[in-house]
This record gives sequence, C-alpha cells and structure tokens, in this order.
Amino acid sequence: MHLMYFTERPYRYVSNDEVIKTGFFGIENKYFDSVKGGQLLNEYLDEKILAEELGFDGVMLNEHHDTAFCMGSVMDVEASILARITKKVKIVLLGNPLPVVGNPLRLAEELGMIDMISGGRLVAGWVRGGGSEQFASNANPAFNREYFNEAHEVVIQAWTKPGPFRYEGKHFHYRFIDPWCLPIQKPHPPICIPGLLSPETVVWCAKHRYPYVALATFLEPTVELWDMYRDAAAEEGYQVGPENFGYLQKVYVAETDEKAREIAKWDMFGGAGIGYSLFGQPQWMFPPGYNSKDATRRMARQFTDPESTQGSPWAGLADGSTLSKTESVSDAQIKTRSAIWQDKPVDVEQTRRQILEAFPAVERAMQVICGTPKTVIPKLRTVLEVLRPGIFAFWQNDGPISKEDRLNNMRLIATEVMPAVREIGKELGLTSPFEVTPGSRPLQKGMKSQSVGSLEPLRAMREQAAANL
Amino acid sequence: MALGNGSREWKEETVHVDGTDLVVVKGGTGDPLLVLHEELGWPGWLKWNSTLARNRTLIIPQHPGFSRTERAEWISNIRDMAGFYARYLLEQHLAPIDAIGFSLGGWVAAEMAACNPAQFRKLVLVAPMGIRPRDGVILDFFQHMAPKHLFTTVHDPDATAEFDDLYGGQGPEQFERLEEARAQSARLAWAPFMHNPSLPHLLGVTPSLPTLLIWGREDQVVPLSAAEEYKRVMKSARLSVFDNCGHRPEVEKPADFLREVEGFLS
Repeated sequence: MHLMYFTERPYRYVSNDEVIKTGFFGIENKYFDSVKGGQLLNEYLDEKILAEELGFDGVMLNEHHDTAFCMGSVMDVEASILARITKKVKIVLLGNPLPVVGNPLRLAEELGMIDMISGGRLVAGWVRGGGSEQFASNANPAFNREYFNEAHEVVIQAWTKPGPFRYEGKHFHYRFIDPWCLPIQKPHPPICIPGLLSPETVVWCAKHRYPYVALATFLEPTVELWDMYRDAAAEEGYQVGPENFGYLQKVYVAETDEKAREIAKWDMFGGAGIGYSLFGQPQWMFPPGYNSKDATRRMARQFTDPESTQGSPWAGLADGSTLSKTESVSDAQIKTRSAIWQDKPVDVEQTRRQILEAFPAVERAMQVICGTPKTVIPKLRTVLEVLRPGIFAFWQNDGPISKEDRLNNMRLIATEVMPAVREIGKELGLTSPFEVTPGSRPLQKGMKSQSVGSLEPLRAMREQAAANL
Repeated sequence: MALGNGSREWKEETVHVDGTDLVVVKGGTGDPLLVLHEELGWPGWLKWNSTLARNRTLIIPQHPGFSRTERAEWISNIRDMAGFYARYLLEQHLAPIDAIGFSLGGWVAAEMAACNPAQFRKLVLVAPMGIRPRDGVILDFFQHMAPKHLFTTVHDPDATAEFDDLYGGQGPEQFERLEEARAQSARLAWAPFMHNPSLPHLLGVTPSLPTLLIWGREDQVVPLSAAEEYKRVMKSARLSVFDNCGHRPEVEKPADFLREVEGFLS
C-alpha cells in the first residue's frame, strides 16, 4: 500500500465571505498578497519535507489556476524543488492538465528533468483540467478531450520513441522531437490518473492500465465506477486489483474529537463536500463543449428543473444521501450550482450557516473523517474495505487551520494512524501499483472478472450506527 | 409558425455537400434569399421570416455542427465555413444570390464576400462578428451560461414580443441544442475570439458589392463601433442603426428591420 500526503496549498488570507459570494474561481486577485503567498508556498514545501520524515511514501501535488483554493499554479516548479530536497518519497503529480499546457513536448522535458533530479521518484499523472482552467489558460474547451489524447500521445512518444522523429497531429505539430532530458524510469515514469468519476476517463484509464485515483468522491458511486473500470479491464484481458485504484480522503486528527471536528468543519470552505460546489460558478465550470453529450444531457435536465433553483445556490451537495444510485458526483455538483445562472444573489450569512449545518451529513457520508486516532481508524478501515485501493492519500490541512494544528494533524496521522492503516492494508492485500504492475493479472478467457470494491462494509457500518442509536 | 390549414410555412430538405448532409430549411416564394444563422443556432421561423417569405424563398442552411446538421470535422474556422457554403451555392446553382447573415452568420457571409464577392447580388449583415471593434470588445458570451447569454442579446426582453419563442422556448431539449451550438461556436472561433484579424484587409475586394449593415445602438454583444470598421472597409456599405435595440434587430425592431431589408433588396 502506498500512503501519500496531500494538501491543496490554499491561499489562506481571503475571507470566506468572498468565497461564498463568488466561489473560489473568479475572485479578484487584488485580494492576493505575494509576500504572504510566498511564505505559504515555503511552508507547504516544508510540510512535504516533513511528510517524508514522518514516513509518508509519497507527496502528492496538484495544479489549479487563478484561485485561492490552490496556489499550485505550476506544480512542476514545486515538484522540481522537492525532487532535489527530498530523498525517498515519490513525487506524485495528480495531475498535469494536458489540454491547457499548450506545449506537451516541453512538459515531457520538464517531467524528465524532475525524474532525473529526483533519482527516478516521479509519478506522473494527467487531468483534463476543470472548466475554469480552460478559461485561465484560454484553452479551447470544445477540444479538451482531443487535446488531452493528443498531448498524452506526444509526451509518451517523446519519452519512449527514439528521436529525432516527427509528430503531426490535429492540434500539435512537431517536426523534430529528440529530447535529451529523458526520465530515469523506463520505459517511462509510472502514471496515475486522478478524477471525479467521469466514466469516459475511468474507461480510458482501464484501457491504458493506468491506476485511477478518485478524489474524495462519494463511496457508492466510486464503487460503481471501480466496476466500470473492471469491465473495461476485462475487455483488455486483465483482472483488476487494488493496484489499479487510489483514493484521496479528507482526514483531520487531533487530541480530542471536538477539536478535530472544530478544525474539520471549516475545511468545507476549502475542499471537500460542499467545498467542491464553491470551486467555481457554472459558467466557468461548464464551458462550451467541455462536457460529453451524455453529461450535457444530464446538465440540461438539471439546469432547467425549477426544483433545483430553490434554496441557496450553494447548498445541497454535502449530504451524500442526495445522491441517487446512478448519480455521479459531477451530477450533484451541477444540481448544486444550477441556481447560479439566474444571477441569484447569495445570502452570505444564510449560506455560511447552511454549509456549517451540513457538516454532520458530510461526516456521515465519510467525505471528511475527523477525530482522535482511535475514532478515525475504524472509519478508515471501512473506507479501505469498501474501495480496497492500493494508493491512499490523506488530504489534510485546507481551510482556516493554524500552522500548529496543521503540523499536529500530520504528526498524529503519521505516528498514530498510518501504522494501523498499513496493517489494514496488509490484511486486505492492498497492493500498490509500485508493488504489482497494474494490468499484470491476466484474466483467463471465460472467467468472470472480480470486483475490487464492495459496498457491504459500508452497509454494515451504517446498520451498526443505526443499531447504536 | 403554422398556416391556417395546419401546415408549416417551411419545409426541411437535406443537401449533400462534400460528404456532409446539410439540413436546409426552406420556405416562401420568389427569388431565393440565403439566411445564415447566428452562434446560438437557428432561432426558428419567426415573424420576420413569414413576412419576407411572401416575396422571397428563404433558404436557411443549418450550419454544420449546430445540432441539426452533423459536424464536418474539417471545418475548423469561419473561413472554412465560408468555403463550405461557397461550394453549396456553386453546386446548387444559387450564385449570385441575395444573402442576410446574423452575428456569427454575418461573419460567415463577410468571409464569403472576401473570398468571392461575385457570389452575392446584395448582402445584408446584421450586427456581424468577424471584425474586432475599434472601441469596446465582442462580448465573451462563453463566460455566460446560455440563458444569460440569450438575455444579453436583446436590449429589453420584456419589450421584445417574440423573445420567449426564440429557439422554441426554454426546456431541456432547447438547452441541449444551445449547448451544442455554443460548443461548435467555440470550435470555430475561440481564439482569436469571434474575429479574423485579416478580414478588414480581405474585404477590400468588395468595393462594388451592395451591402446593408444593420445594427442596434445598444448592442451588448458586438458594439456599434465594429459597424464603423465594416463600413470603412466595405466601400459600398450603408449603415442603418436602430435606437433602443440590442443584438437582434429582427425581433426587437421587426417593422424597422423589414422596411430596411425589403427596401434594400427590392
């Protein structure tokens, strides 16, 4: 099992009033102070170094643009520094937004350098970039998938095909590809794909034998998507295992349950649960042509449903129970945002109250797990039993949490939670993609492919909770 | 719009153009008039269509990729679209033809004129995109959801009788069609945004093409200053500006619009 440390690296000095009014994307950058931002970036780099000292196996970075939600606008810069300073941890980039980088050959070189400097510790990853990222880089959203596929091809060819050679695609054109800064890891660094349960991406991952890392998604639809991956893998002739899956989970640990909960509930303004719906307004999250036809059809129903325009435009997502069996997280996000297009003014106080009131539901849905080590370990066991991921990332330290509490959270997780999690991982046979090559378990013809995840432990946990009441 | 006998005033036909089955809406009687629709798709057969159709046969091709006609992969910008329609006119023996283009469709018509002005007899451009305005900017409507974009296209929705009828109303099917149109508009003109920097130079070949420019003074999508640029480079163009009017003169000021267009084309 591969255990990682992750934080969004938020800019902490913008009030949550502004976030509630606008959403994270689109807040005017007059609220940004570069001196404070620089201090924070250094603190975040220090936290990654501490994560290595504390025994995490990997440090995970991500990239967003034009937002206080995440200051990793060019995460390869952070990765380069970590490549030199850290010694053992894997540097896991989830992920580089292929459609918005503009020049995938340069990306291949950047990543090649990071892998060389780190001595072969890079784990690469690709994303389509959220809707807002398309605006932030003026990348045509209607070609998002095409850019993604083609840029992926350019990077892989640049890493694996002897140069010089020529690449002439629809969107990218190179007549001389012969990079010298190639990764140490051959044929190329491991690749993982993070996501919010887009079925197209899940199937694409299965075809490429790339592990799929679900980003703090609701457990039920995640298990369904695992099965979709399993079926696509079966068509490719292999049996999925834990090494094909990863999961990012919000975890806050403190000396008492009360303290952990008090910290965690504010985190919702910076990350999980309803935090996603605060990420950006729909005109920025759903740019033209960004969604598939099916997703657009679902969106059309939800945006024109008068029911979905009631109440605060931000409320509604946090409660996992609002998700029907077939709904994906992105559907729920659409539902949550659907009032916004009408320019409905946001009542800041009411919305703040709704968000905080939603916290118990967020906790019940396991979107955030918080408490003492003793409280969180059984819940983490349930998540691990349900999803059986080979990669598990602890998402920590977003929201208005003090530096002292951030470090305390990391230390408690590392010293008192991770050993137990590793034991559970062993017990459940949670092999990471760095132990078992994803896609290397052959599926015999005529054999039925087995699921990796199961909702049974979740049901049992809920029944137990109901019985306790 | 239905006739008293229950039949529609228009029919649809499919024409094969370079591997694409182009859906064409046709209605009316008399000399043909090519109508090129705008970036949100074809807004439907409206009152101005009915009026003009008394004396003209309206030919309204549904642009490839705008939900009714399939996308042609090779059409990647507005010049390509202009080339596609040049071929349509040639193969259907329609040139020289009178044409009217709206917004993005006006830009298509302008590109066609820039390539070969002889394709047209007379040209009406209604608040066309295509040229970067001297003052102000073309509205970045991609940063609006479609319903808000639609509101922005008219100066006063309450004073626009047919506003609720545009695109057949507002339900999930309409939303889906609008999204499809927006996606195709993005494919064609995401950057440079809704204009071609070469177009003012290329339009120098149109000194003798009779052209009528129609604009709403309160147009929030393509500001009126773009009209001055069109007028500067199209030497035979006359500009008619309507007061208290946004980006849709044909539905916001239908009487003025019809008077100008019928007068010009007669």
